[in-house]
Amino acid sequence: MASSTPRSASNSPTGAARSGGEIARAERARTWRLVWRTLRNPLSLAGLTLIGLLIVIAFIAPAVAPYDPLKTDTLSRLRAPSAEHAFGTDQLGRDILSRVLYGARISLRIALLTASIALAIGAPLGIVSGYFRGRMDDLLMRITDMFMAFPRLILAMAIAAALRPTLENVVIAISLAAWPAYARLARSVTLGIREENYIEAARALGTSTGRILFRHILPGVISPVTIQVSLDMGGILLTAAGLGFIGFGAQPPTPEWGLMISEGRNYIPGQWWVSTFPGLAISLVVLGFNLLGDGIRDILDPRLRGSGR
Amino acid sequence: MWAYLVRRLILASLAIFGVLIITFFLSHVIPGDPVAAILGQQARQEVIDAMRHKLGFDRPIYEQFVIYLDRLAHGDLGDSIATHRPVLQDLKEFFPATIELATTAILIGAATGLVVGIISAVARGTWLDHATRFFSLIGLSMPVFWLGLIVLLIFYFWLGLFPGQGQLDIFISRPPRVTGLIIADSLIAGDTAALMNALGHLILPAMVLGSHALVGIARITRASMLEVLGQDYVKVARSKGLTERTVIFRHALKNALLPIITVIGIYYGGLLEGAVLTETVFAWPGLGRYATSAILSQDFAAIMGVTVLIAMVFSLANLFVDLAYGFLNPKIRFE
Repeated sequence: MASSTPRSASNSPTGAARSGGEIARAERARTWRLVWRTLRNPLSLAGLTLIGLLIVIAFIAPAVAPYDPLKTDTLSRLRAPSAEHAFGTDQLGRDILSRVLYGARISLRIALLTASIALAIGAPLGIVSGYFRGRMDDLLMRITDMFMAFPRLILAMAIAAALRPTLENVVIAISLAAWPAYARLARSVTLGIREENYIEAARALGTSTGRILFRHILPGVISPVTIQVSLDMGGILLTAAGLGFIGFGAQPPTPEWGLMISEGRNYIPGQWWVSTFPGLAISLVVLGFNLLGDGIRDILDPRLRGSGR
Repeated sequence: MWAYLVRRLILASLAIFGVLIITFFLSHVIPGDPVAAILGQQARQEVIDAMRHKLGFDRPIYEQFVIYLDRLAHGDLGDSIATHRPVLQDLKEFFPATIELATTAILIGAATGLVVGIISAVARGTWLDHATRFFSLIGLSMPVFWLGLIVLLIFYFWLGLFPGQGQLDIFISRPPRVTGLIIADSLIAGDTAALMNALGHLILPAMVLGSHALVGIARITRASMLEVLGQDYVKVARSKGLTERTVIFRHALKNALLPIITVIGIYYGGLLEGAVLTETVFAWPGLGRYATSAILSQDFAAIMGVTVLIAMVFSLANLFVDLAYGFLNPKIRFE
């Protein structure tokens, strides 16, 4: 429920609720149970299917795309959907179906890269600040306040513009705008874990701090933060497409879906298909992540479920 | 209470200051030379140097920042390179259009979202609930800018039900500027033709912009209502034999409203962000489009101005949300 709001990350689905005594192994078992239940939940299964489809298409795009996505053909520009071109052709005569299929690779890359960068920045900072507390912690929280006091898209726009608009920089910009939320979540989970008996035991045994952070705290932090990232992934892809749309992202002739919608804008209403199909593609992928997220939320918070009182 | 307010305002100003620092340094590392952009490629080096000196670009960046802060403290946001006007004047012109759009959007989103949320909570587990959830997930998954194009295509081009892009048709003259809000201005001028035309132009972009907020508000309403409906006092109310309507609206909704109001406030701040994309699609002369063109033309002063304004609105919206929360829920004390 809280995750559908922009402030989602401060109260995590699992992180906030957990405070009792649980050790890392129990945490892993929990994760597996969650995976199993995710597979059995119809919503998240539908979501996973869509995401799976994206991954498969991303891999086999070169094999199944009927045309070269970059090959222009001025003689057959702006053709309506037909047997020859299932989704029609764009203003340069490129086959839109092929471009949409290749676009899956770009979306997948954006999703994976942003998630890893935001995690790689957010998780360590959150863990360190939650474990050591003190001044560092205060400073970090103020910094995240600053970042979060600012709309993500605008921040990403500024960063993307500063770095030059390219696809890689879109990834960097969105990750830089997204990490504070994960840092906060990682911190709040760490705050809970550091009070556990087994951490104290490890300390009493003379375990080095680095080892405690790595072997005992990190495993507990990974799964809630990963869940949060997957819940946010739909929004991340929409931001990336939005940046492409206003010209701060991928540049022509890249078959990035947001950029393709933008290129087709001038051909509405006559050649509606140029913008429509890439938009459908984005919507389906984002729907996949949203379905998955909703299913996970159902599992974690059964009170919100649709059936039964 | 006052101490809390003061502390929050200090924190908000700190956050805004931080945003200022980030944006200032980010916008000054943008590759490319704005001076060259103004003067063109043909300009002689001396002219470029003179211009750089005049604009202060030849000084170290921290010095530029201090100068900027000093001017800002005097209410001077500098001049826009692109429009050749004071940024403050630009903002005064563009901001009302965005406020008009965002406010209408949140009104549509909140009203519809509340109704949808209550219905699906009451009809929990029925096909109605499932259908609502299905459609809201779909709504949440569509990119706002694409939804805008599709809506324009269907309702303007194909069905002709609504006027198209912009705030007014070209053949309608704009009512005299009093508030900057076209709706308010045409009301003041008593200009019904302009009012109807402006409302027609407003409705599509506002619906598109408010769509994500609608879904979010509907979901939080549903969750919050379910939470409240399961509580003992609601059972008591029901067992007293009160009608279902009284139970839902008088007893449950009142208490369910708290988190809903919070979310509405948060979404209002977030709408400014969606406005960037919606304004682009609907050629809406607002802050979002101003920001986009400012960034694309490396218009430092304008970028900074927009940033400060948005950060302020965003922080204020958050502050209001927290204050409203405290007033509505006496259990929460402002420390």
